[in-house]
Amino acid sequence: MSSIAAVISSPHSARINRVSWVMLQVCLALVPGTAALVWFFGWGVLINMGLAIVFAVACEAAVLRLRRRPVLPAIGDFSAVVTAMLFALAVPPALPWWLTLLGIFFAIVIVKQLYGGLGYNPFNPAMAGYVFLLISYPVAMTSWLPPAIPELLEARDLATLSFVDSARLIFTGALPPEMTWDAITTATPLDEMRTLLDQGQRIAEIRQSPLWGDFGGRGWEWVANWYLVGGLFMLMRRVITWEIPIAFLAGLLLPAGLFWLIDPQSYPFPAFHLFSGAAILGAFFIATDPVSACTTRRGQLVYGGLIGLTVFIIRTWGGYPDAVAFGVLLMNIAAPMIERYTQPRVFGQRKET
Amino acid sequence: MTNASSSSSKRKLWRFHGGVHLSDEKTLSQTRPWQPAPLPPQLVIPLQQHIGAPARPCVAVGERVYKGQMIGEPQGYVSVPVHASSSGTVVAIEPLPVPHPSGLSAPCVVIETDGEDTWTELPEPLPDFEQQDPGKLRERIRISGVCGMGGASFPTPVKLNPGPDQPIDTLIINGVECEPYITCDDLLMRERPEDIVDGIRILLHILGASRCLIGIEDNKPEAAAAMTAAVIARRVEDRVEVAVIPTLYPSGGEKQLIRVLTGKEVPSHGLPAQIGIVCQNVGTAAAIADAVLRGRPLIERFVTVTGRAVAEPRNYRVCIGTPASALLATSGGLTGELAKLVAGGPMMGIHLEHAEVPVTKACNCLLALTPAESPDPGDPLACIRCGRCAEACPANLLPQQLYWHARAKELEKVQDYNLFDCIECGCCAHVCPSHIPLVQYYRYAKTESWAREREKRASEQARERHAAREARLERQERERKAKLRRKPVPPRGSAAKAGTKPSTAAAGAAGSGEADETAAKQAKIAAARDRVAAKRASAADQPEAATAAPAVVTEEQAS
Repeated sequence: MSSIAAVISSPHSARINRVSWVMLQVCLALVPGTAALVWFFGWGVLINMGLAIVFAVACEAAVLRLRRRPVLPAIGDFSAVVTAMLFALAVPPALPWWLTLLGIFFAIVIVKQLYGGLGYNPFNPAMAGYVFLLISYPVAMTSWLPPAIPELLEARDLATLSFVDSARLIFTGALPPEMTWDAITTATPLDEMRTLLDQGQRIAEIRQSPLWGDFGGRGWEWVANWYLVGGLFMLMRRVITWEIPIAFLAGLLLPAGLFWLIDPQSYPFPAFHLFSGAAILGAFFIATDPVSACTTRRGQLVYGGLIGLTVFIIRTWGGYPDAVAFGVLLMNIAAPMIERYTQPRVFGQRKET
Repeated sequence: MTNASSSSSKRKLWRFHGGVHLSDEKTLSQTRPWQPAPLPPQLVIPLQQHIGAPARPCVAVGERVYKGQMIGEPQGYVSVPVHASSSGTVVAIEPLPVPHPSGLSAPCVVIETDGEDTWTELPEPLPDFEQQDPGKLRERIRISGVCGMGGASFPTPVKLNPGPDQPIDTLIINGVECEPYITCDDLLMRERPEDIVDGIRILLHILGASRCLIGIEDNKPEAAAAMTAAVIARRVEDRVEVAVIPTLYPSGGEKQLIRVLTGKEVPSHGLPAQIGIVCQNVGTAAAIADAVLRGRPLIERFVTVTGRAVAEPRNYRVCIGTPASALLATSGGLTGELAKLVAGGPMMGIHLEHAEVPVTKACNCLLALTPAESPDPGDPLACIRCGRCAEACPANLLPQQLYWHARAKELEKVQDYNLFDCIECGCCAHVCPSHIPLVQYYRYAKTESWAREREKRASEQARERHAAREARLERQERERKAKLRRKPVPPRGSAAKAGTKPSTAAAGAAGSGEADETAAKQAKIAAARDRVAAKRASAADQPEAATAAPAVVTEEQAS
């Protein structure tokens, strides 16, 4: 690299973009969704996010030192911050602190830095960290707090946590006095839908519960809306392009719509898929991670579409209620091959017939 | 004027993939009126200002030369001469620094000017060019030293001779000037529109083309209006059309402009002539008019001297061979904040180590950039595969894959990813958030690929030559043996022996006087035949080597 360090080759113009600016815009775009998540699910989200960010940056710096690479430029690109934010948004808000650290360690050290650092990791670090924890600690990773919606809390006799309670729960594992785990955790909408469908209930019955909003779970759908705002912001700022998110959503909604048409009482309305779980977050923020995605336009359509399809299949017939992380990781491996078969037609080359 | 505006619009335009919008910075050099640059005390005229074989000097040191006199004659088909741009005395013919990416020196003729600017005797003007044979006009253009003035400087007469199997229907004149800062083509179109249109008429005649499109970006309305007026003044509205195109870099790239104006794509690795199009720069068209209508060779051009590190940005009419340093001095010198000196535009120009290089036929701009205009992009970060480069690439390549493989020196892979369709426009590097000098990697990979190709060709040739020689020697040996075998069988049947080894045959036959004599004779004949064969073999080798060498050279010249 040193031979090429002195740039005397054209272009001589000022560069118009920076990696750090790209990453900062992603962070910015996550703010509305994060705020909504905090609003509905409490302070645990922020506590875990702070923890994740600090530890991610520390891990990155430590490995770079061990690798004898310049630390500051890599820290300054904010990619570790983005990974930490996405990870913290994906895990349950009351996740014990050491699980957050473990997940971040796996994401940053193993998945990102051991493969060569930013730009060289074949897998999305945040999702790899998430899946690592999900497989290893399934109970902790599926203990979601209920959204702070009074009617819902009342109906199910649930409680929310204050900031202090959240912090105590995360750092010491101690529940607030006179409270049980059952009183503060509940199934996610995707979870509930799966369980009740498996029990043979019809969707009309299932949706009687106060858990449900217009499309997905109450609270959840608002979080998804705010993620969408951030996603549109990134599209507008051209931080991401439309191909992956649109293909992702199409890959999820088309089969969902097809099955819903066949049997609307056994397969939920397509919008349910859109506004439940991590669909919007995944489509705009996770699948679009450029490092581990496809780079050709047609490849991005295939890549996004296949993630969406995987999510639908696992949500409908698989062993996990949600599957964005699995879908993304599976397609991460397939990305190089997809790319190989989706080369663009180079200017002046004959159109393939 | 209604007529004028109607003939310059309403054309359907096409888009090419990618491209970038750049801040055009063109007003910088247009706030001051243009002026002729003063004649410098010394002109340094490189013998190679075009793609192809360099010109051979045809003057001697100490010789007096006149303005417009040929001082270097073309060598071979892909070559054009160079001329003295003013009168004076040749004081040196030696390698001197030239504007070239390598920063190396190349042979130049140095003329000490006498300040009198005395013209040499010029060839007859050919005002009746429409009655002239295209071959004769091409020859006139050739001896006038015209090569592409848009940057690539390919010898124009070669481009104007696509051959009978490639009929040309459309001539495209490139007045796009899509690089920021540069305004010399704009100036040329405003100052000499009639000459450009005359050049177009000559070009149409030579090519037998039926129509001409003049492409001008919409940030140069005055130039477009001037050209439209000239087209009407010359009464060629039926064949020549001014097409105003949206400002988008790199619309001035030959292939991109053809796409924008006609919707056609030049085949990958191909030439515009294959789709019936020839593309010429406005400057080249004006130079052709000079050559044909006035007999004047290409010895001066408009040059933009600009950038915020120069005191008075301005356009100049400059004698070819004027040192860049002299031009900068005329512009009030540098302000002391110079970050980079560039010959050409900010996107594709050549970085100059110093200003002691001459202005050449293809040099459209001297750009002195401040650190604010050309900030150090810093150490490149890792590629995050964001794909911005692929979005911007006007050739629809995958720049980051090219970079990946170029960095790993996987030259076959880079070619699989169509490295040679890269036009080095710099869009990818311009938008790269990791500030990777992508174009530098591509240039490196191209140079390496060429070098490897040359080596391969050379070693293949050597191997073929060697194999041919072996085969020939073997054949001769076989023939010799066959002839010996066919000889009348010596008595007492030692034929087999005599056939294989004359000397042993002779020894074996000793004893009988008659046989002795025959064997000795045969041995002598065989030995003589051997000598002749050996001589023939070595003689055959040498001329082959001698012809092979120039063959390599011409191939290189052509490529």
